[in-house]
Amino acid sequence: MKDLTFGTLIAVFEEIFGRGLFWAMVAIAGAITLAYFYVLIRDRAVSWRKFLWAQLSMPFGAIAAVLFVQVMTHSGFRDIGGPIDVIVLLMVAVAGAIGLAILVYTLESLFLRKSRPEV
Amino acid sequence: MTEYEQFSPSRRGFLGLAAGAAALAAAGAGTAARAQVATKAHIVILGSGAAGTALANRLVHRLDGARITLVDGRKQHLYQPGFSLIAAGLKPAGYSVSQTTDWLPSGVELKQDYAAQIDPEAKTVALQGGETLSYDYLIVATGLTLDHDAIEGFSLDLVGTEGIGALYAGPDYAAKTWAAASKFTEEGGVGLFTRPATEMKCAGAPLKHTFLIDDITRKAGNRGKAEITYAANNESLFGVPIVSEKVRMLFGDRGINAAYSHVLSAIDPGRKLATFDTPEGQKELGYDYIHVIPPQRAPQVVRDSGLSWADKWTDQGWVEVDMHSLRHRRYPEVFAVGDVAGVPKGKTAASVKWQVPVVEAHLVAQIAGDSTDAAYHGYTSCPMITRVGRAMLIEFDYKNNLTPSFPGVIAPLEELWISWLMKEVALKATYNAMLRGKA
Repeated sequence: MKDLTFGTLIAVFEEIFGRGLFWAMVAIAGAITLAYFYVLIRDRAVSWRKFLWAQLSMPFGAIAAVLFVQVMTHSGFRDIGGPIDVIVLLMVAVAGAIGLAILVYTLESLFLRKSRPEV
Repeated sequence: MTEYEQFSPSRRGFLGLAAGAAALAAAGAGTAARAQVATKAHIVILGSGAAGTALANRLVHRLDGARITLVDGRKQHLYQPGFSLIAAGLKPAGYSVSQTTDWLPSGVELKQDYAAQIDPEAKTVALQGGETLSYDYLIVATGLTLDHDAIEGFSLDLVGTEGIGALYAGPDYAAKTWAAASKFTEEGGVGLFTRPATEMKCAGAPLKHTFLIDDITRKAGNRGKAEITYAANNESLFGVPIVSEKVRMLFGDRGINAAYSHVLSAIDPGRKLATFDTPEGQKELGYDYIHVIPPQRAPQVVRDSGLSWADKWTDQGWVEVDMHSLRHRRYPEVFAVGDVAGVPKGKTAASVKWQVPVVEAHLVAQIAGDSTDAAYHGYTSCPMITRVGRAMLIEFDYKNNLTPSFPGVIAPLEELWISWLMKEVALKATYNAMLRGKA
């Protein structure tokens, strides 16, 4: 790969998803992240009850992310061929887990804020 | 459960922080424009394939006032690295097809016509429609011609029928190739996979097709009924010796036979017999499925122009350029880039990606009355698919050295899932970014 710069990466991702969808996804991910920080700051605390639910959702996010990548690329677990493949698989899983956890925590905080008193 | 005070910035402060971050990100995304060279030169680019389109997109940003004319009679742009996937039923034919005009920057004139005559002495290009273009600089990026007539008994009408495949011929023919190949993966029989003895684009593709059809037949549970033979044009399976050895081992593992120095010269579709030229004379082999890749040559208009090598590849006519600068050795205002360039390696889109910036640098320097030491060292890349889900990311140069982009991370001679992911997901995107001059 020649000249692998940040600009190149952005250009490549724009082509993978289409410019509109890519920036829409960046905007959504950014919005969720901002909302996450917003609720953290608004509540001025981490709610461990919500965090528990977020944690419980993590395995589902991990599995969903891995299956999504495999289905999209006509491949499966049998194609894991070396250490880097395991690392990529784990990175996909971790990304899915963290992504879903942040989403769940944020949604809970935004919409279920006063549904239950914190213990 | 306890809650604890974590940190307590104000909401306003938070929003200010977010706005600042967004502003920083926006500033970082902007790329510094390189200085433009002012010129009134007329640059004619023959061919709007990968090389011609990518170069046009880069030149409009480097030159101020230049007149850039692209000449290509075909309206469609073809993403050729996708053909292997189409011919294995993994993508539809439309995966490789877009419109040439989708990729062209404003400020470039497209002549939807083919060149009929190139006169490098008079610096003119006559088009088939009758118009004659005068140029100051000429970029020959016509690509190559598939010489299907050289295979006796073969015609493109046959592709998809009678167990005949020919994926190089275009996306529709690649889809028809899958129609014939999929029958083989279900019914088995004898499969012959060929390659020509000429220089060819992506010498890995004949191997990829072999590996993919082997894998699909195996997964369908029919490999026991199938005999697969790869007919190599010489005594090796790939031009780079270390890769050839690796492929030999994989063939052993998959039970694929290698027939060395077997060059397809004729087929008899009725009797399903293929004739090969071998060192021992002609030899006939029966088949139930045959993949035909014809000899490949420079287009006739290039071969008639006097731009070809006189003492090398005389039956193929590649343009006589310096292998490092891609500048014509006799006409300094002429360059060749992509498949048509007469260099020892580099008939792939990955090569184009490395060739185009070199031609750009030399052309812009020449216009500015300057010089540059930008050089192409033969970089070529081949994501060698070894089965659905795995590939080897093979990169090499003129010297047959492996030149891995990710040394120590992605091993070039290992069958890896990540290399497959790159081929499936990132390659077309990188190609498209290259077309736009951004990669």
